[in-house]
Amino acid sequence: MTSATREKKRRGGWFREEFGNPERRLAYYMVLPAIVIIIAIAFFPIMYAVVLSVTSSTITGFGSFVGAENYIEMFKNPDFLVGLKNTVIFTVASVALEFIIGLAVALALNRAFSGRGLTRAAVLVPWAFPTVISAVMWRLMFQDQIGIINEAANAIGIISGPILADETLLLIACILVDVWKTMPFMALLLLAGLQTIPGEVYEAARVDGASVTQRFFRITLPLLKGTILVAVLFRTLDAYRVYDLFWVLSSQQLESLSTFVFKSVRISQLLFAQGNAAAVFIFVSAFLIALVFIRVFGMQTSTEE
Amino acid sequence: MASATTTGGATGRSALNVALFYVFLVLFVLVSIFPLLWVFRMSIVTKADLLNSPVVTATAPPSGESYKTVFGNPDFIQALQNSVIVAGTTTVICLVFGSLCAYSIARLRFRFKNPIMTLILAISFFPQVAIIAPLFIQFSATNIINTYWAMIIPDVVFALPLTIWILVAFFRELPRDLEEAAKVDGATTLQAFRKVIVPLAAPGVFTTAILTFIHAWNEFLFANTFIFDNAHYPVTVVIPNFATVYTTDYGAQAAGAVVVTVPLVIMVLIFQRRIVSGLTAGAVKG
Repeated sequence: MTSATREKKRRGGWFREEFGNPERRLAYYMVLPAIVIIIAIAFFPIMYAVVLSVTSSTITGFGSFVGAENYIEMFKNPDFLVGLKNTVIFTVASVALEFIIGLAVALALNRAFSGRGLTRAAVLVPWAFPTVISAVMWRLMFQDQIGIINEAANAIGIISGPILADETLLLIACILVDVWKTMPFMALLLLAGLQTIPGEVYEAARVDGASVTQRFFRITLPLLKGTILVAVLFRTLDAYRVYDLFWVLSSQQLESLSTFVFKSVRISQLLFAQGNAAAVFIFVSAFLIALVFIRVFGMQTSTEE
Repeated sequence: MASATTTGGATGRSALNVALFYVFLVLFVLVSIFPLLWVFRMSIVTKADLLNSPVVTATAPPSGESYKTVFGNPDFIQALQNSVIVAGTTTVICLVFGSLCAYSIARLRFRFKNPIMTLILAISFFPQVAIIAPLFIQFSATNIINTYWAMIIPDVVFALPLTIWILVAFFRELPRDLEEAAKVDGATTLQAFRKVIVPLAAPGVFTTAILTFIHAWNEFLFANTFIFDNAHYPVTVVIPNFATVYTTDYGAQAAGAVVVTVPLVIMVLIFQRRIVSGLTAGAVKG
């Protein structure tokens, strides 16, 4: 490419280097449409939400600057606090269950057996459902009087009373439905990760006398770490923004952070500014969760070959 | 929990292992598909049998009553059509923008590749609900609110990372020599992309299209926020609303859910191998 002297002359002139070269210019033109729409429809609005959250704006008019008032009001609002609590419980419980069951399933399926294709197809069925439709389906099964699960659970005495009338049971129901719906996805990701671990590694460990448990903790888990982190982070942030499932399964009764935002800005527009404060809160906390995964657990984000 | 490696000692023990494994497998498959089977069952019995008890529901003779109800509902037909339009348009736009972007990332060299990939990745972690208020204001100001575009535009943004991610993985797997050869023969980079890469990557592009379509078909939040009337509601909004339209006609609710899900299930069954490879392509590379 360029010689050392030309490199020196061009120092700081990366702009010309990038856009003077026709192939590179083409590369930018090709990524531009996607980047422009992402910035315009996701990043510009989040900035806008930050501005709205520190004003007394309504859905129709821009308000005056009020500082942190919306945030203070928000943290005093019992609906928000319930939403926060439910969201955290839901996220931790559903992701933990999905991970443990998903890993067990992936380990079980990581072998050649007849009926593999069928199993994989069956596993994908819940994944392909629209979340709201699976919520409708489970709601029908939880229904008092006619719902098969409500009936069965009452018959064996796990619960006494209708599931859909109790907030705690509803939250548990949401967690179980989420596990049902997304655990297969987790299992598939982990299975794909398992299949990249060469069989010789296990062979060598077995020759050296490592037990099944040792092989699991010393080989499988460390080699699977990258896949696990990606899958768990992905699911955590997905569970954290839960909206559809709560909204439909509980028929708008159960509060999450996202339903709080939705209700504030779309239904009771009196809380418009506070809803934006909650929106910013969700955005910032989701960002911090991602940061923890990347920094603390050392997740690889580089995508270079 | 079964272990990853099975080396049976005595034949008896390993036969037991295999039996246990298949019991586990059957249970697992049953749990996965049971809700669909049961809701289907609910949708094909009469209202009276359904309201009686789950036992009666399981054994009652079939009836097409509920399907007559939902297909007789013009809003439901309209919603199916709306969903097809919105998910279809979203898929096409995503593929055009996404394949250009993915090719550039997979094959061309430029300085800001990593920041751009990070930006795209950030979108897939983005809480959509955080921007509904600003978008509501912007869409109202530009008269996009309550049109298909109010769903398509945000759907495209949030489906793009998936599209780009999978396409990058597919493009990287293609041999470089072919484009090089095309370029030696005088093709420009864009021609090489259009005439060599796109046809070669057709199976990958097709997989991506399926996944993007499912993503857009399942979208609910934006539709529920930016749309106000039956003329534009997609199925994901209309079917939960059945709970208020058909209050105790659970059969009609079940039938609606089945109608919306069955095409997806068929698609998944036909393309399961591709879908799995697409879904895991980006994520496992680490």
